[in-house]
Amino acid sequence: MKKLFGVLLSVVMMVGCVGCGTGSGASDVPDEITIGFAGTLSGENALVGEYQKNAIKVVENELAANDGCIEIMGKKVKVNIALEDTEAKPDICANVYRKFVDEYKAVAIVGPNESSCALAAGPIAQEAEVPNVTIFATNDEVTKVGDYVFRACYLDPFQGKVAATFAYDDLEAKTAAVLFSNADAYSKYLKDAFVEGFEARGGEVVAIEEYAGADVKDFNAQLVNISTKDPEVLFLPNQVGELPLQIKQARGMGIESTLLGGDSWDLTTLVDVAGKDMVEGACYVAPFSSSDTSEAARAWVKAYHEIAGENPGSHATLAYEALHIVLGALESLETYDGSSLKDAIYATNMDLPSGNVTMDEQGNPKKNAVILKYKDGIGEYVATVEAE
Amino acid sequence: MVKVIQLLIYGLQVGSIYALLATGYTLIYGIIKMINLAHADFMMLGAFVSLFLYTGLAGSGSPMWLIILIVLLTMGIVGMLGVLVERIAYKPLRQRPALSSLVAAVGVSMFIQNFLRCIPAVGPSPRAYPAMFTSANITIGGVSISGIQIIVILVSVVLMILMQLLVTKTTIGKQMVATSCDKDASALMGINVNKVISITFCIGSALAAICGILYSSVYPSIHVYMAATIGNKAFISAVLGGIGNTKGAVLGGLLLGIIEVFLQSFNSSVSYGVSFVILIVILLYKPAGLLGTVEMEKV
Amino acid sequence: MKNNKKTIKKEYICFIAVYLLLYLLHYVGIISNYMFQVIMLAGVNIIMTLSLNLVNGITGLFSLGHAGFMAIGAYIAAIVTTTVLPMLGISAKNFASEFIFLIAILIGGGIAAFGGFLIARPTLKVRGDYLAIITLGFGEVIRSVIRLIEYVGGPRGMIGIPKLANFTWIFVVLLLTVYVSRNFITSTYGRACLAIRENEIAAEAMGTDARHYKTIAFTLSAFMAGVAGALFAHLLMFISPDNFAYSKSSDLLVYLYTGGVGTITGSVVGAFLMTILPEFLRFMEDWRLVIYALVLLYTIIFKPYGIAGNRELKFLGIHTYAEKKERNWKMRIMKLFAKKGGNGHERFRG
Repeated sequence: MKKLFGVLLSVVMMVGCVGCGTGSGASDVPDEITIGFAGTLSGENALVGEYQKNAIKVVENELAANDGCIEIMGKKVKVNIALEDTEAKPDICANVYRKFVDEYKAVAIVGPNESSCALAAGPIAQEAEVPNVTIFATNDEVTKVGDYVFRACYLDPFQGKVAATFAYDDLEAKTAAVLFSNADAYSKYLKDAFVEGFEARGGEVVAIEEYAGADVKDFNAQLVNISTKDPEVLFLPNQVGELPLQIKQARGMGIESTLLGGDSWDLTTLVDVAGKDMVEGACYVAPFSSSDTSEAARAWVKAYHEIAGENPGSHATLAYEALHIVLGALESLETYDGSSLKDAIYATNMDLPSGNVTMDEQGNPKKNAVILKYKDGIGEYVATVEAE
Repeated sequence: MVKVIQLLIYGLQVGSIYALLATGYTLIYGIIKMINLAHADFMMLGAFVSLFLYTGLAGSGSPMWLIILIVLLTMGIVGMLGVLVERIAYKPLRQRPALSSLVAAVGVSMFIQNFLRCIPAVGPSPRAYPAMFTSANITIGGVSISGIQIIVILVSVVLMILMQLLVTKTTIGKQMVATSCDKDASALMGINVNKVISITFCIGSALAAICGILYSSVYPSIHVYMAATIGNKAFISAVLGGIGNTKGAVLGGLLLGIIEVFLQSFNSSVSYGVSFVILIVILLYKPAGLLGTVEMEKV
Repeated sequence: MKNNKKTIKKEYICFIAVYLLLYLLHYVGIISNYMFQVIMLAGVNIIMTLSLNLVNGITGLFSLGHAGFMAIGAYIAAIVTTTVLPMLGISAKNFASEFIFLIAILIGGGIAAFGGFLIARPTLKVRGDYLAIITLGFGEVIRSVIRLIEYVGGPRGMIGIPKLANFTWIFVVLLLTVYVSRNFITSTYGRACLAIRENEIAAEAMGTDARHYKTIAFTLSAFMAGVAGALFAHLLMFISPDNFAYSKSSDLLVYLYTGGVGTITGSVVGAFLMTILPEFLRFMEDWRLVIYALVLLYTIIFKPYGIAGNRELKFLGIHTYAEKKERNWKMRIMKLFAKKGGNGHERFRG
């Protein structure tokens, strides 16, 4: 086994010998660097991995225009993006991080998608002093692991509050109900923030129903309870595996409430599976609207469309942005080491598809959220909510 | 009251699906004493095969005979796959400790899921399942029943009656019962045990396939990992009713479905755990399941 | 007597050599931190598999809930270290923390054992697959209870667990588990359990109190699982309820049966290889788990006694059926030679 590992290692090292090789800059900058990308390629949320692959392809195409290189301290350096599967399991993700740090000698790590994975793997990046930009780990605690851990998304509390404010102010709803998964941290914390925000505004949450994780397919029992309370808004902060069924079952039961969701709704699969008429009029919070007219957004949507044949959702967009936050920081380096890269990421101030992004002292981005509304199967822009 | 009846209908809908899948579990268990953890994956295969057949051969608004043909074709294909898997993976393990075949089933299940995920035609994304059976909601005194619910419950009832007739009235059924009682003795009596086992796998997998079609029609979002939990639930139903007993599987499935729905309605945050506690308590009082009899072991 | 002493010495030297070798290879960087972490996780899995082996391989009980005991051990131990260490103001690097970790492991294992005892007593009258369902149900109940406890992070998982488990800890605990397993199997208890596995009714007719021995095996097994959980928590520094899902229990069955059920060597080999295999297959990308499944099926079908082939390493002093058969063959061959002169017979015995 050890021998095989050795062979594998040497293969990796040999691959690493082919570089850009215009060594005019500082000597301590290598000819070639690797960015680790911890993706979700298998398991319940495996489709997220497809979006991430597409996002990586877009970035690679962008790099290819420059021979796959970026300029670090005046030296052209070839960038590799190494994608590994976390299976959405914390222990596997920890292994993947070790692999990035020790075998790929990654300069930075992008990913993972799940807060649980980020919490398990974050300390490894912290200890190795390799900056880590998580993609969709929205949980509050993720970036508290240490100063080397960042994220590309906004936090659960912000998103939940945005949804609550929108429901009360714009939809003018006075009653709301929530159906959430008690096995999923994302779902639970969004629910907490929504309920707190909605009640703080003066609304009334008439029903809170739970279910036990992605395995559940039948929500009728919970929805019957919600239906008897007849709320104006039904908040569904759940994953895309369950959402279509929840929406269909709710509508099938005759629940007429306006549906409201988090950024997990921002997937074309949702519309494909649930059907256009089912999601018509539903609103959701997203980091990004593909109808955004800024230059960065237009270029990104166009590039993504060429590769995937559809407009990017939030998963792809955040993967793309996380990669760009790292690349941008690399380009602005003045000394080449992990600690300067970390500082450079803190100093991030760049125009990305979702708008101008800066990092706060915790490693959380200051990002605006947008509210989108499904019309004819496409999420149309409704409003922008400024970052706090 | 209306709410109770409404919940009962939802419970029956969930329960019939559990029952149908559990019947296949129990048939296979009865005959080779093997827990086929990959059984639910045949349900998933049924869903995908029917999806491809439907998009290939038919479309929305197809006549009823075409739909029935698709259902039968799916059952045939998945049934054959079941036989194939039995021949390759389970047959060599017949003389081994019972759990070897269970581990093989884990391997088969892992293989089917990940293989399908890797081939581009299927892939990891959830897919919409077409509404093959047109359905309209019927409302009687505040209780609404959808057409698909009626179809699911009816088809399940019909299939379960057919299974019961098959096992008790036909020659092959009697051979199956004989084989499950004593494999060696039945072989001595001139029963082709291998054939009986193959047929059982074929029937079991075909049942799983039709279950997949019904399940996906009710919950029209299908993906390669959909089988994991429902497989467990079906296993639990089969054991709850008394594994090896087809009537028990039906009873266990319906009971589990109804208990789950009512618990979820009563208190959704603890329902998951409590349904398992109820299960454990039932098994402690009826150690061989509801309809199972404690077999006296002879030395 | 003399010989006996000698072999014991040899095996100790072997262990120390393996330990030092791995440690040094890691120290000089031939084994990277990544491989080292995989090896450590494999170590935890080995302990879990040994624990399952006691119940499943030796006593013939079918448990699908071992992940539940692991969860109890992991959470209890993590609660102990995360509350006691800051209370006493000891940092994780302090030597005293090792002592507290030991206590945490014992408490975690102890409470898991108590849980095992509690469910063993009433449930062990249930047989075969019914027991499987009850243990599966137990594991799921544990998991759903943990999700509801806000104190340990609920569904998000528990964070801020100090990194106290290291290679030395895992290696030592692993060795202890191997020896406890060995001593259990060769003791009266283990022999009673083996008798129960082979034929419970016959064993009871011979005066073996089946329920008593089953309970002991189950409790001991739960203790080991709890200890493994404690190590897991302090190795990963993060645990969430989904770490201990039913799929973990079925993974353990896979390790046990590919290695060779009923043997200590098989448990160790199976868990080690099958933990490392998916990591090794990473270059296959998407097809990784497909290949893993095929390897698993191949082993199950073509290796009736698992990778280890129903053999035990010599130092364990356990003779399995396969070895006895082999020895009989050797004896016959030796006798053949002995007839022709020479004293091969004696030599073989030495």
